[in-house]
Amino acid sequence: MLDLNQRPEVTAQAETALRVKGLIKRYGAGPVILNGVSLSVRPGERVALIGSNGSGKSTLLRCLIGLHPASAGEVSCLGEDLSGRVDAATLARLRRQTGFVFQKHCLVRRRSVLSNVIHGMMGLPGSWRAFSAMTAPQVWREQAMTALEAVNLAPRAAERADALSGGQQQRVAIARALVRRPQLLIADEPAASLDPVAGRDVMALFSRLAAERGITLFFTSHDMAHAVEFADRVIALRAGRVVLDQPAARVTKGDLADVFA
Amino acid sequence: MSLPEPPGRYAGLSPVAFTLAVAALAIVFVSMGQVAPSPQRLIEGAPGMVRLMDRMLPPNLEPGFLVRIGWKIVETFQIALVGAFLGILVSLPVAWLAARGVTPLRLMAPVMKAFVSLLRTVPDLVWALLFVSTVGLGAVAGTMTILVDTVGFCGRFFAEAFEDADKEPQEALQAIGAGRLSVLFGAVLPDAMPSLINTGIFALEKAVRSSVVLGLVGAGGIGQELKVAFDLFQYRDASTIILAIFLVVIAMEWATDRLRTKVQ
Repeated sequence: MLDLNQRPEVTAQAETALRVKGLIKRYGAGPVILNGVSLSVRPGERVALIGSNGSGKSTLLRCLIGLHPASAGEVSCLGEDLSGRVDAATLARLRRQTGFVFQKHCLVRRRSVLSNVIHGMMGLPGSWRAFSAMTAPQVWREQAMTALEAVNLAPRAAERADALSGGQQQRVAIARALVRRPQLLIADEPAASLDPVAGRDVMALFSRLAAERGITLFFTSHDMAHAVEFADRVIALRAGRVVLDQPAARVTKGDLADVFA
Repeated sequence: MSLPEPPGRYAGLSPVAFTLAVAALAIVFVSMGQVAPSPQRLIEGAPGMVRLMDRMLPPNLEPGFLVRIGWKIVETFQIALVGAFLGILVSLPVAWLAARGVTPLRLMAPVMKAFVSLLRTVPDLVWALLFVSTVGLGAVAGTMTILVDTVGFCGRFFAEAFEDADKEPQEALQAIGAGRLSVLFGAVLPDAMPSLINTGIFALEKAVRSSVVLGLVGAGGIGQELKVAFDLFQYRDASTIILAIFLVVIAMEWATDRLRTKVQ
């Protein structure tokens, strides 16, 4: 059985997990969402991205994995260059090494918890078998059960996803992201749709699993306590620009007040 | 302090809308004068109806005739079942290609929608006439008619169900590198499934009702027997066939209602 505690397979050697230089993003003729963002993230680092609504956090996350193309500037993720036009093979290679967790858990409600975790195998060779626990190869089923065990939900594997609470569903989404041992985990406000207790539990789980497995974690959060507690470093955006970038331990209330001023 | 004046009673009704509404009503009344039954026509027709009922009763219950009608009912049901089943199968890829935001061929979506509209707007009896002319009299023409009619019906509603499927799981799967087919099977189909099953059940009900009348133009099934009975003035046979059709449709509706309740 696959050991999810193993370090992820590194298919692309990179000194930095993420590198962004002068990134500009606008949609059509609309306003500029990201205005010259530059940052870099080391492998294994846990980084929180904070900022008020509309500051460009979610857009930045989507640009980082090529869901939305950059309008200008350089984006490199796990050694893959995402600047300009990106071919499908590069995107597929990158996404095979990346886990993405959304603000809402984005599970397929009517499918079992196990099927949802197996969906994490999509994009891999032979992934047409990943659409259901019924059709998945035995090794994938075992990997999915291991991932569910890591988030303490293995006993609920056969239940429908919508039978679980919001916090449990988010833990399933984390298991789905972890199931193929990604090098990079990107999470868009993973605790935003949860109550404070469930939100903190999910963030703690996230942070612990990433640290144990040496996964680079890049997450956005509205909760400053989460950002400071569960990240090694905090980066803040305001109106599409980086206005703060420093170790979490050194972030002060004054810094945060400036970000949301 | 005085309250502001409320908006005028007819403020929402523009002169153009009012004129169009009056014109539509006028068209309905003029048409009624030309095609609706007048009280005098109804009164004059009543004795004819009583005479017809008298000749239809009692229904023909001879065992040999009942067996023949039974087999025709089975054939009617086969036409409906096979036509609807094949139609639903064909509708799935058609709807996938026609659904905005889900189709792998964005430019094809309007073309497929127009194709489905064409199948839907032509009445089933017209399709039956076309298929009788091409593949000949009998059940095969009926099955093909039901197939085409089902694609016209299910193609549209399946496409709408695909378009309405929850977008967030689809985006989540795309983010991890899932292709369009994987997203379809992994996220779109499971979310749209209750709607697909409901539409499929309606299609089957509709197919049973359609298959009953297709025989009137030679496309097989019990309708053919009904036409023959009326053509030969065998009204007692006709009443038996009408009763049999009534029982089949009622049984079908009862079964599909139960199925629908289970699905929900």
